[in-house]
Amino acid sequence: MSQSDTRRNLGLALLGSEITIVFRRRRNQAMLLALAAVPILIAVAVRLSSNTSGRGPAFLASISENGLFVALTALTVSIPLFLPLTVGVVAGDTIAGEANLGTLRYLLISPAGRLRLLLVKYAGAAAFCLAATAIVVIAGVAIGAALFPVRPVTLLSGDTIDGAEYAVRCLLLIAYVSMSMLGLSAIGLFLSTLTTVPVGAMAATIVLSAASQILDVLPQLAWLHPWLFSHYWLGIADLLTSPISFDSFQSNALLQLGYIAVFGTLAYGRFATKDVLS
Amino acid sequence: MTDGALAIETHGLTKRFGSQLAVNQLDIAVPSGSVFGFLGPNGSGKTTTIRMLLGLASATSGEIRMLGSAMPQSLQSVLPRVGALVEGPAIYPFLSGRANLARLDSADRFASSRTRTARVDAALDRVGLTHAARKKAHAYSLGMKQRLGIANALLTPRDLLILDEPTNGLDPQGTREMRNLIRSLAAEGTTVFVSSHLLAEIEQTCSHVAVMSAGRLVAQGTLDDLRAEGVTRVEVRTPDLDLAREVLARWGLQSQPGPIDSSLTAALTTSVPVEQLSEALVIAGVRLRGFTAEGASLEDRFVALTGEGFDVAE
Ligand SMILES: Nc1ncnc2c1ncn2[C@@H]1O[C@H](COP(=O)(O)OP(=O)(O)O)[C@@H](O)[C@H]1O
Ligand SMILES: [Mg+2]
Repeated sequence: MSQSDTRRNLGLALLGSEITIVFRRRRNQAMLLALAAVPILIAVAVRLSSNTSGRGPAFLASISENGLFVALTALTVSIPLFLPLTVGVVAGDTIAGEANLGTLRYLLISPAGRLRLLLVKYAGAAAFCLAATAIVVIAGVAIGAALFPVRPVTLLSGDTIDGAEYAVRCLLLIAYVSMSMLGLSAIGLFLSTLTTVPVGAMAATIVLSAASQILDVLPQLAWLHPWLFSHYWLGIADLLTSPISFDSFQSNALLQLGYIAVFGTLAYGRFATKDVLS
Repeated sequence: MTDGALAIETHGLTKRFGSQLAVNQLDIAVPSGSVFGFLGPNGSGKTTTIRMLLGLASATSGEIRMLGSAMPQSLQSVLPRVGALVEGPAIYPFLSGRANLARLDSADRFASSRTRTARVDAALDRVGLTHAARKKAHAYSLGMKQRLGIANALLTPRDLLILDEPTNGLDPQGTREMRNLIRSLAAEGTTVFVSSHLLAEIEQTCSHVAVMSAGRLVAQGTLDDLRAEGVTRVEVRTPDLDLAREVLARWGLQSQPGPIDSSLTAALTTSVPVEQLSEALVIAGVRLRGFTAEGASLEDRFVALTGEGFDVAE
């Protein structure tokens, strides 16, 4: 009869709808704006203070000599806290948020299909990871260029690269850091299938990101370190050598893939058979 | 769909929450083309049943067939043909009414993106929300949200509509529109399965009814069947009192003198089909001046089936 004869389409409409919703939500927009404010605050603070020799994150002192370092500094500052915080909010909200609104049952009877819905939700969270990282870098590059001199960049290895190559490095940074957040997103997605209270899943995800970083600095747990999803988060320095060292990139990619596989499977295992009673 | 086919069929459908049987050995048969009322007090298991029908919750045991296919195995091919409102509407408060519908429609892979806007507008129009379509849904009143939920069920032409307490939160005007909507959908050939805790709702729109009490099915059939079952006493007016008394006795009925001299009344202890009783009287040669089946009202019948107490069943 009515619908069953018409062919089913690829179902990309739901993905489009999900990404639109992720970026049109006020809360998520506010978080992106807050992330953009990080490099701006850093740059303005450095510009206003004449004395830049004080203690601070790596690269901070270099900023006044070269505006291109603003993005790098902002990223380094954001990785331990701000970035996982925003990613935790979005990933923890994926399923639990829909369950909380009650819209989960309507998506499922539409029918979205449980696996497809999980994939779409994860894709939305991944898109947010990318946007969150990109906005820090882009805002950093822009404010750096506006407030400080921009010269050819001297890398950690002592080599000098020009603007074009710097742009390539920025793109690599964005790729590296957003990829770093994918494991955490998968954990958030899984936690999100366990509850109908989004705040609970968000908080648990953020707490785990802090716990992982704390464990990563305890020397007694050295054997555990390579298995922690946050282990390579600050490995961005590798991308600033010449030639580029992709060691961290590879190890990180493998680790994140492992987390995606494990927590993706757990999320599906939980969600595929779960009674949706909200 | 062929006549006589069943749109929904369950066998021994059971759902257990911990130690509580929310739905207990449910056998319902919803004929295609019917407007089927699913009646029961709060907590009797209506919503839980609907969740199982739609694959939101898995049954503890039992079987379901919907639109001719086994569920939940055929969920993905059957659900596009089913529109539903379950346990009230749900909205994205930060989206407009129109965007809410577009979002849920995009989840259906059989729904064409090309016709989405037109279908969304048609659904909004059908429930009278066109003027509020651009408003953010958090500003909707309860009744408007309910209408939006109904519109969602009508986004594509459906073979079956499952509406869980669709008049909750609607004003009397909205309640009437809902009844008309159900009637017009039924006239288009859609099977409508509508749950309610209000007998009056069901009585005005439904052709068939199933009555739930504490998770169990206590009655099922056409509305007329249920009315007939509700007959509690008959009054026979006839000059042939002795003969009539004899016939009634053959059916195991004790008769007493009626309100006037040439009459008898008898309480129906078991479910004796009234039409067979009258037939028997006539065949036996009882000259009838009157034969009245005194109904408990349908409402009395409902209360008798589901229990009097105000307490929610546990
Ligand atoms: N998620 C749940 N967990 C435990 N018990 C539940 C749950 N949902 C419903 N119930 C119980 O199942 C019974 C039937 O509920 P429900 O199907 O919602 O009734 P109705 O829709 O007829 O009002 C109630 O006693 C209710 O307490
Ligand atoms: Mg209910």
